[in-house]
Amino acid sequence: MKVSIYRYNPETDREPSMKEYEVDTQGKDLMVLDILALVKEQDQSLAYRRSCREGVCGSDGMNMNGKNGLACITPLSQVAPGVLEGKKPLILRPLPGLPVIRDLVVDMGMFYNQYEKVQPYLQNNTPAPAIERLQTPEDRAKLDGLYECILCACCSTSCPSFWWNPDKFLGPAALLQSYRFLADSRDEATEERLSRLDDPFSLFRCHGIMNCVSVCPKGLNPTRAIGHIRSMLLERGI
Amino acid sequence: MVTSVTSLGRNGLYDWLIQRVSAVIIGVYLIGMLGYLITAGDLDYGTWKALMSCVAMQIANTLLVLSVAAHTWIGLWGVTTDYLTGLTFGKAATGVRLVAQMVIALLLVIYVLWGLVMIWGGA
Repeated sequence: MKVSIYRYNPETDREPSMKEYEVDTQGKDLMVLDILALVKEQDQSLAYRRSCREGVCGSDGMNMNGKNGLACITPLSQVAPGVLEGKKPLILRPLPGLPVIRDLVVDMGMFYNQYEKVQPYLQNNTPAPAIERLQTPEDRAKLDGLYECILCACCSTSCPSFWWNPDKFLGPAALLQSYRFLADSRDEATEERLSRLDDPFSLFRCHGIMNCVSVCPKGLNPTRAIGHIRSMLLERGI
Repeated sequence: MVTSVTSLGRNGLYDWLIQRVSAVIIGVYLIGMLGYLITAGDLDYGTWKALMSCVAMQIANTLLVLSVAAHTWIGLWGVTTDYLTGLTFGKAATGVRLVAQMVIALLLVIYVLWGLVMIWGGA
């Protein structure tokens, strides 16, 4: 099958280009990460991130035939119709909207900056009890669908609002994490957290197009979390 | 937290709320007007003028004009701050965005004043 990969080495290339490779999959429905390993055997200069190879670490987020996802848990048959059969090439590009360091490796700095802004840690000034801060099963259940995020950046880099204002709009991943702590019964900084989201950019740049939901490899729903935060702001503001 | 002086409410929640409320007003007006036009049959100038001269309709028209202006400003403010940025215009972005926003604001003020003259002018 044909594989077309975005190549760019800022030290030697004036501009990025797509490079074609021919890979023999022996008809198997391999994961995209396996294809990258086969390409790497042919061309040692290809750069990409990977670590756990099972959808847990979030290192190998990339754009596969126009859709973001994790290469390690995306089989060829799910990339696009015709890719597995070899009728269409597999097209791999870095996550859109972030600066490319080299080939499929992007600089995640802007993404992490936004994550840092939501203060993704429990804030509670009440003296801790002897053992632990307890939650009811109902309160704990509110965190389901929020805590599972692995910060792969597939969602934020598929969001046009994040592309245009990556420094001002927090992006779906950071907002999902923001709600994870707003929804936590043990967190006491709700008011401070909400007051930092009440400007026209940080949260309200979300227009609800749900690209984030369609690409999340963990099946999470940042749009719903953003809607919950908006409801909290509404209750607080009127 | 991003402070923005040129957004309408200077606050994300207010802008978001104003945009939705104005959309509802525009939607209700359009559906009502469409219903009237379908059921009114043959319209002549006298009937149309009588309709537009009654106070309820003048208030509805004023609400429509203000809603369209507010809705347009919030929407186009979003468009200008999405597309007229450093990513597309480099260092000139602030100037380009300022000029674009001022032109839009001026046109909307003219639209509102002209609309109010038409609605309440009694011509």
